[in-house]
Amino acid sequence: MIKSFITPELMPAFPEISLAIAAMLILLFGISRKEEDYNSVSNLSMLALAAVFMTLCKFCTETATTFNGMFIADAFGAFMKALVVTGSFVSIMLAAKYVERQRIMRFEYPILILFATLGMMLMISANDLIALYMGLEMQSLPLYVLAAMQRDTVRSTEAGLKYFVLGALSSGMLLYGASLIYGYTGATGFDAISTALAGHPAGLGIIVGMVLLLSGLAFKISAVPFHMWTPDVYEGAPTSVTAFFAIAPKLAALALLTRTFMGPFGHLADQWRQVVVVISVASMVLGSVAAIGQNNIKRLLAYSSIGNMGYALVGLAAASPAGVQAIMIYAAIYMVMTIGAFAVVLMMKQKDRMVEQISDLSGLGDRQPLLALAMTIMMFSMAGIPPLAGFFGKLFIFQAAIGSGLYTLAVLGVLASVIGAYYYLRIIKVMYFETAGDDVIDKASDGRLNLLLGISSALIVLFIVFPGPLLTSAADAAQSLFK
Amino acid sequence: MLEQAQHMQIGMQHFLLVSGMLFTLGVFGIFLNRRNVIIILMSIELILLSVNLNLVTFSAHLHDLTGQVFSMFILTVAAAEAAIGLAILVVFFRNRDSIAVEDISALKG
Repeated sequence: MIKSFITPELMPAFPEISLAIAAMLILLFGISRKEEDYNSVSNLSMLALAAVFMTLCKFCTETATTFNGMFIADAFGAFMKALVVTGSFVSIMLAAKYVERQRIMRFEYPILILFATLGMMLMISANDLIALYMGLEMQSLPLYVLAAMQRDTVRSTEAGLKYFVLGALSSGMLLYGASLIYGYTGATGFDAISTALAGHPAGLGIIVGMVLLLSGLAFKISAVPFHMWTPDVYEGAPTSVTAFFAIAPKLAALALLTRTFMGPFGHLADQWRQVVVVISVASMVLGSVAAIGQNNIKRLLAYSSIGNMGYALVGLAAASPAGVQAIMIYAAIYMVMTIGAFAVVLMMKQKDRMVEQISDLSGLGDRQPLLALAMTIMMFSMAGIPPLAGFFGKLFIFQAAIGSGLYTLAVLGVLASVIGAYYYLRIIKVMYFETAGDDVIDKASDGRLNLLLGISSALIVLFIVFPGPLLTSAADAAQSLFK
Repeated sequence: MLEQAQHMQIGMQHFLLVSGMLFTLGVFGIFLNRRNVIIILMSIELILLSVNLNLVTFSAHLHDLTGQVFSMFILTVAAAEAAIGLAILVVFFRNRDSIAVEDISALKG
């Protein structure tokens, strides 16, 4: 009994604790300014995220748990947190000009991103059902507010409301699953659940609980059939917020899903694999087919992200170290492609007015060849055309699936990818082969967007030359889940 | 009389049945309700409370405190969630002058 009164070891959670303190200090700073001071708050937030990024690698080689085993810091967590923190940093950077133009320069904006990032880091490090739930809610609540950030428009507030209702429903399902798992294993800690489930067939209560937990998490990564919110929220939310939604929270939820189903439920892989395979095939197919008829580029990217999560779930269905490694590589490449694509979407304005129809891109190949080239790279990469990075992301995923004997799944994945190529190629066709009317996209005025677009294009193109660092760090990190 | 009372002993399965029914009611309340967003918020609360009942039942059955601690956390988060949900509902109402479910329809496709 006395043991629980000992102060917990704080060092493994050092990045999270520092981010929490920094976010609260920046909030105080923001409040104490007489005038709304978006720019300083945004710069301070980026500084805080950069500082947190530096501290992440304290635990990239060894595994440590703290807070009575509720929190785990390991190589897998460090890798995914590095992605999430980078994603949040870039999202604040992407937002700069856009929020000014849309008059949503409220200092809460970057602070909400900081708190959501903190929630994501806690999700990635969760080693207990309670910690999992708290991290998930810590991440979700700021996201609901961010979606409704442009509070004087119907579209943005409606996006926030839809996201909130469906998000709360998914939390409820996840919790009901968690309560059943607690009831039938007698524990909430991942290690204890794993011990309780080892060695004998699982009862109905466990299976139902596990499937409900999986549904709750599938909602967060917007996998079919829990994807209904994604196109609406992506379209309605301010574009810079949509970019953040597509970049960071998806990766955190994917990491949480991987840790939960490889760890405590690893023994039941044969049971949950069927569910994951169905979800994954449905996401890949819907992501490809439903995107074809879209005219709004934000909706299109929403379907694209649904499809991409389907591919990532193929790696989870493989349930092997190779599968986890493939998920991590895919997540990293997905993040870079999404950053690039949204940098282009955030540049889409005509005569100083934001536009978001795909047809607005017509004639871009003639008037702004560099921008069109960068978008072409992103689209080819998302379609999975070699030698760009997106091809290798899919390659590793399908290799892992074949390694685990899931031949049908791999074949269906490749077929869905071929269908999906249609709408990516359509964007390229619009840019190069359709003549523009009077209106064409304005010359980019924001250096930061150009910089990010340049960096992500370079990363996508050069991945084939320098794949080493990503592959080895993902392999090491994947190993840490299987100890 | 006494014999009858012994037959009617309330066991764990009754609690679980009630919480399962509350959960189902909550989920159906979200999907079948076509009138008002406030009812959706109430349904969400119902779902969370059914989970709490579940956890407390298991906690009592297992003689283990974790479940009760978990339900405390859920209560706290539910309060924060309701606050944010209502706030978003208020800004939505200001733009749309309605909180009817069928009026949440600007985004579709």
